[in-house]
Amino acid sequence: MFTLYHFFFLFLTILILVYMYRVFQGPTVYDRILGLNGVSTKAILLLTILGSLYGRLEMFVDIALGYALLNIIGGLAVGKYLEQKRTREC
Amino acid sequence: MLTVDTLLIFIGLFFLTVAAIGVIRLPDVFSRSHALSITDTLGTFFVLTGVAYQGLTLADVKVFLILFALWHLNPVISHAVLRAALRNGVRPWVKEKK
Repeated sequence: MFTLYHFFFLFLTILILVYMYRVFQGPTVYDRILGLNGVSTKAILLLTILGSLYGRLEMFVDIALGYALLNIIGGLAVGKYLEQKRTREC
Repeated sequence: MLTVDTLLIFIGLFFLTVAAIGVIRLPDVFSRSHALSITDTLGTFFVLTGVAYQGLTLADVKVFLILFALWHLNPVISHAVLRAALRNGVRPWVKEKK
């Protein structure tokens, strides 16, 4: 049975593929970091939607919370590192 | 069948689609981040509110905790990345004069 939550799940998966285009194709490294930030935001939403779909939100929401904290570590750490490194081409 | 929570998720998916189109179509990293950061934050608000709409259990409170974290972290991350881009010599895109 195909419910609306299945549709939301498929739609977010397609949006992740769209962001992956920017991650692989981006001209500078900053485009790739921004694309990865978008992908991880979509992954958090995907996990909560999946929890609603299975009716076990209390299990999936903890994984999503950990993923949100990994998102800040990844994005901020790579951003600060690239700012300090002063590379012109990459 | 369209209830309030699915309606909220549909509104959020609309904003997320606009963000994805902006990331694909816009010309440089600053305008792409403008599309992604602002619109993505609003779409996240609608989707997570729709997910947490059913009741007020502990899991729904945790969903609002995720929302709080994302609202504060998404602008900070894009600001850090864009400051690194600007200091490393990426020039903003301008329309060339005829």
